[in-house]
Amino acid sequence: MTESPQDDLILADSSPRGVEAIGALKDTGPTAPPRSRGSDIWDQLRKHKGAMFGLGFLTFITLAVLVGPYIYTVDPQKLDIRNKDMRPIYTALWDSGAKVGWNKPLGSDQLGRDNLAQMLAGGRASMAVGWAAMLLSLFIGTAIGVVAGFFRRLDGPLMRVTDLFLALPILPLLLLAVTLFRQPLRAGFGPEGGMFILIVTIVAITSWMPTARIVRGDVLAIKEREFVLAARSIGSTPGKLIRRHILPNVLSPIMVSAALGLATAIITESALSFLGVGFPSDFPTWGKMLADAVVRMEQFPERVMLPGIAISLTVLSVNYLGDGLRDALDPRIRGR
Amino acid sequence: MLTYATRRMILAIPTLLFISFVIFMLLQLAPGDPMAQVPLTVPPEVKQKMREALGLGAPPLVQYWKWLVQIFWIEPQVLIDYVFGTGLAEGKLRVISWQTRSPVMDIILQRIPQTLWVVGVAYVVAILIALPIGIYSAYKQYSVFDQAGTFVTMVGFSIPPFFTGPLLIVIFSVQLGWFPSIYDTTHVVNDWPSFKVQLQQMIMPVMVLAFQITAQLSRYMRASMLDNLGQDYVRTARAKGLSEAVVVGVHVVRNSMIPVITVIALGIPSIFGGAIITESVFKVNGIGQLLLTALFANDLPMVMTLTFIFAVLIVAFNLIADILYGLLDPRIRYD
Repeated sequence: MTESPQDDLILADSSPRGVEAIGALKDTGPTAPPRSRGSDIWDQLRKHKGAMFGLGFLTFITLAVLVGPYIYTVDPQKLDIRNKDMRPIYTALWDSGAKVGWNKPLGSDQLGRDNLAQMLAGGRASMAVGWAAMLLSLFIGTAIGVVAGFFRRLDGPLMRVTDLFLALPILPLLLLAVTLFRQPLRAGFGPEGGMFILIVTIVAITSWMPTARIVRGDVLAIKEREFVLAARSIGSTPGKLIRRHILPNVLSPIMVSAALGLATAIITESALSFLGVGFPSDFPTWGKMLADAVVRMEQFPERVMLPGIAISLTVLSVNYLGDGLRDALDPRIRGR
Repeated sequence: MLTYATRRMILAIPTLLFISFVIFMLLQLAPGDPMAQVPLTVPPEVKQKMREALGLGAPPLVQYWKWLVQIFWIEPQVLIDYVFGTGLAEGKLRVISWQTRSPVMDIILQRIPQTLWVVGVAYVVAILIALPIGIYSAYKQYSVFDQAGTFVTMVGFSIPPFFTGPLLIVIFSVQLGWFPSIYDTTHVVNDWPSFKVQLQQMIMPVMVLAFQITAQLSRYMRASMLDNLGQDYVRTARAKGLSEAVVVGVHVVRNSMIPVITVIALGIPSIFGGAIITESVFKVNGIGQLLLTALFANDLPMVMTLTFIFAVLIVAFNLIADILYGLLDPRIRYD
């Protein structure tokens, strides 16, 4: 047998029994199973170097903050005043007189708290806030977008609400809300839990609008397609229609805005901590560590650099991942 | 177009009223008491009088109404008095800050020059840098310049200002000693040496802000250029023998500027909003810093007025951006 069906046809013609002229019927069918959309996207994503770096670093940092505290079991809150103001171990490379030690690999702060342990715990808080806020904002945005796009009667009011939220000055309102609701929530859920709920809710409430707009636009376009009409004609209920037919088709813009949302959530949380309205002072987050270190950055620049680099690299990798996803999910670009 | 603009403007009024109402009611929930700083020796009835003098005795709705009257009726009168020297607002109560006991608008007017200097200059610098970068990296897509430019803008997009700020301070103030780390608001420019000092203290905050804005704008510019470079009219322009400079510089750039100009217009409210974080890093005595201190000091009239002004600016520039879009792009029809 030869490779292509045309050759089969010629072979069939030249065969003594010329009856089996229709070569396509003899075709053995495709050798490989059809490629799924997922593997197409993955192949495209793999070509995007930035996205692969982003995915790699995000996985690394997530694993580090999740597993790290179980391997490096130093308590980030432990005050070790004798070993205060230690420099990171690599400082010894160029400054032999520096106060370094293997017991504090990244040094310690002015109260002797271990920097590595604080970085891990801080990363945990920052990532947890980022993921939770992103998921919540995605949920609100998708829900409002789908409902506004699908139900014509709700479109007007919901989009007016979205416009209204877009007209709000975000950062002032964030600061306002944090200062207003800090006390009652702290009383209700404890200092850390209350702050977590507050920051996640506020970041989500102020960042769902772009997702809602994009999703609504896509739903409006998909709603008019034939397959939705077909599904409707066999009696699918609106809920089923949305879940089974519309949501899977708007998944790609949702994923892209998920990546961007994660980046904004991490930055916003750090900014709030930096301005001093974030988590309580004994609860490390990257933004808080950075803010606390700024006053001593002349002597101990690494205390600003480490959390700063951690935030920047995480956000950079998430942004790159979002960029790569956008390219990979766009069928017009894919395959080029 | 005119009917569209009028309709949008009329729609903006209830939006703004609603926003101001929401902010006002949010502020009513605020814990903390403006009388907390008053010494304990002051008798309670005097305290009550002081509270009423601040307008706190009335129910929230009445307070809200009074605030509206002060902002929309009395403050314009003060402005008219100031410009024409009339006496319209004589003896009328203005919006008073609880922190300084002086009119909120006066303080805002004092702070605006600092913010405009730093944030406004940063915005202009960012536009001047971003547009050429965006144009050139789209024209030479996937070249070394484009790769480097995309990487730098991605970094600028990702590094938060509260990291770049301290980083620049460590490098340029501490290690090199070139620029002061604190912005001196009282500095008066009257000759060349003092102008040089002003430049030196402006460079770092402007750099931090411009880096961020450049990153966003040049990404928009690049994407918009790429959209246009593939269009048929570009091929036509080349086919009729126009030089590459004319094709790109006149035909493509003009069309690509349409969405970018609206993005620039949408960003202008943030100039007045001041960059809260950058201002607090470099101790610039601007609007953002004013809002931050007012929030921490529980100065509700100040917070209320500032957030309301921000909201007005955002709504106004949204409207301007939409109208600009329609004016610049004849394909867009609003009616």
